[in-house]
Amino acid sequence: MTQKDKKLLSCSGLTIGYENQTVLEDVSFDLMRGDYLCVVGENGAGKSTLIKCLAGLMKPMSGSITHANGLSRRDVGYLPQQTAIQRDFPASVREVVLSGCLNSGRLLPFYTHEDKARAAKYLEELGMTALADRSYRELSGGQQQRVLLARALCASRKLLILDEPVTGLDPLVTAEIYDIIKEINRRHHTAVIMVSHDVKTAVRSANRILHVKHTVQFCGSTADYLKSDVGRAFMGR
Amino acid sequence: MWEMFSYPFILRALVVGILVSLCSSLLGVNLVLKRYSMIGDGLSHVAFSAMAVATVMNWAPLWVAIPVVIAASFLLLRLSANSRVKGDSAIALVSTGALAIGVFIISMKSGINTDINNYMFGSVLAISSSDVVLSVVLSLAVLALYVIFYHKIFAVTFDEPFAKATGIWVEGYNMLIAVLTAVTIVLGMRMIGALLISSLIIFPAMSSMRVFKNFRSVVICAAVISAVCFFAGLLISYQYSAPTGASVVIIHLAVFAVFCTVDWVRAKVRKFSAG
Repeated sequence: MTQKDKKLLSCSGLTIGYENQTVLEDVSFDLMRGDYLCVVGENGAGKSTLIKCLAGLMKPMSGSITHANGLSRRDVGYLPQQTAIQRDFPASVREVVLSGCLNSGRLLPFYTHEDKARAAKYLEELGMTALADRSYRELSGGQQQRVLLARALCASRKLLILDEPVTGLDPLVTAEIYDIIKEINRRHHTAVIMVSHDVKTAVRSANRILHVKHTVQFCGSTADYLKSDVGRAFMGR
Repeated sequence: MWEMFSYPFILRALVVGILVSLCSSLLGVNLVLKRYSMIGDGLSHVAFSAMAVATVMNWAPLWVAIPVVIAASFLLLRLSANSRVKGDSAIALVSTGALAIGVFIISMKSGINTDINNYMFGSVLAISSSDVVLSVVLSLAVLALYVIFYHKIFAVTFDEPFAKATGIWVEGYNMLIAVLTAVTIVLGMRMIGALLISSLIIFPAMSSMRVFKNFRSVVICAAVISAVCFFAGLLISYQYSAPTGASVVIIHLAVFAVFCTVDWVRAKVRKFSAG
């Protein structure tokens, strides 16, 4: 397979912002199948805004995002930050995971057998089968993230976009979630784009790093990042 | 007391009331979860104002109120999406503004106080036989649309960003909910009253969420509660010659208290058996 065949997504000259305020300028990078890209940078550097843009929640002010090799705009397994609404939402684990199957754009008013099988498969893979009929709001933070990961996988196995997946979790559970994400990435060759505050752990699992601060400071392999000035300065904090 | 069902106006009220109760309870679950509980209150004041104008001008009230309230619910959604006016204050602005306009217009013309009283507190007599057909058709349409789009409405309510990222037309479904809510409010407010109609949206959802923990059971239970409470409310209102709206809401209040107790007892039992 050539480099071109492996390319899933390519950003060129992205400028992102709200109304007339620019948050990020001139972001360009390619994402290959099986890549694990971690977006790092300080608070307010525009990491989450970039993620929103990649997930299709907002349009870039200029530049383009191109999907390649059979990846469509709907093929995005997105894990957004949790909202206050979800914390007391009465929904069973199964209902939440199944809602990931709605992205095929069809008009069917019910879920098909394939949808149910897909949901069951990812519930199993994330070790949540026993809790499938429990209420989402009664789960622990780590269990909730597993459910949302299963939902994201139902939506797409090609690309996961994760916005701070471990916020508010204790160190043990955090490590567990990172292991699960790494395992998904390894087993299914799912490309992962993740934003994280926790640079040290992120660097351990990712093979590529995108460091942003209003523009791209570094984009390349994790090994090169650790040797670079910007990487050493950021990791050395 | 069963002889009451030999009166055509009671039968009309029963049919329209049950259908409107079902619509409002289904939509209510989504509105309460989306923190839009008071949207019903806001829209009913707009409906009040529209009906006041219709009464003064001698137009058919439903035909005036439905488009006006649909427009208002779009406006509320837009205002809430705009970060400068937050959802709750947007609703308060629209609601009190509309009420003021309605009261002002009515005061221009004297001698229609009974109609106004009916709109504020509701009356079973308000449903004419020509209204029944329109009400039944519209509320069946609301129910059908809700059932057809049930899963997508769930996805949009639970997690808007995720739904949007997977290509669901989130704005479209929000608009759908707004339109369905507007229609339901207009159909229900003349019987239940502008001041009380929002309780049909809030109470069934709140009661049902006390006891049930997954979305489908919550929705089904809310619908059942709503239909039963309306029926009981209608019986009581006939028996004691009390306004229908108030009677229905009092039954809802009682059901809410019972469900809270069930939830409380269940939590105690669980705590006890856990040691």
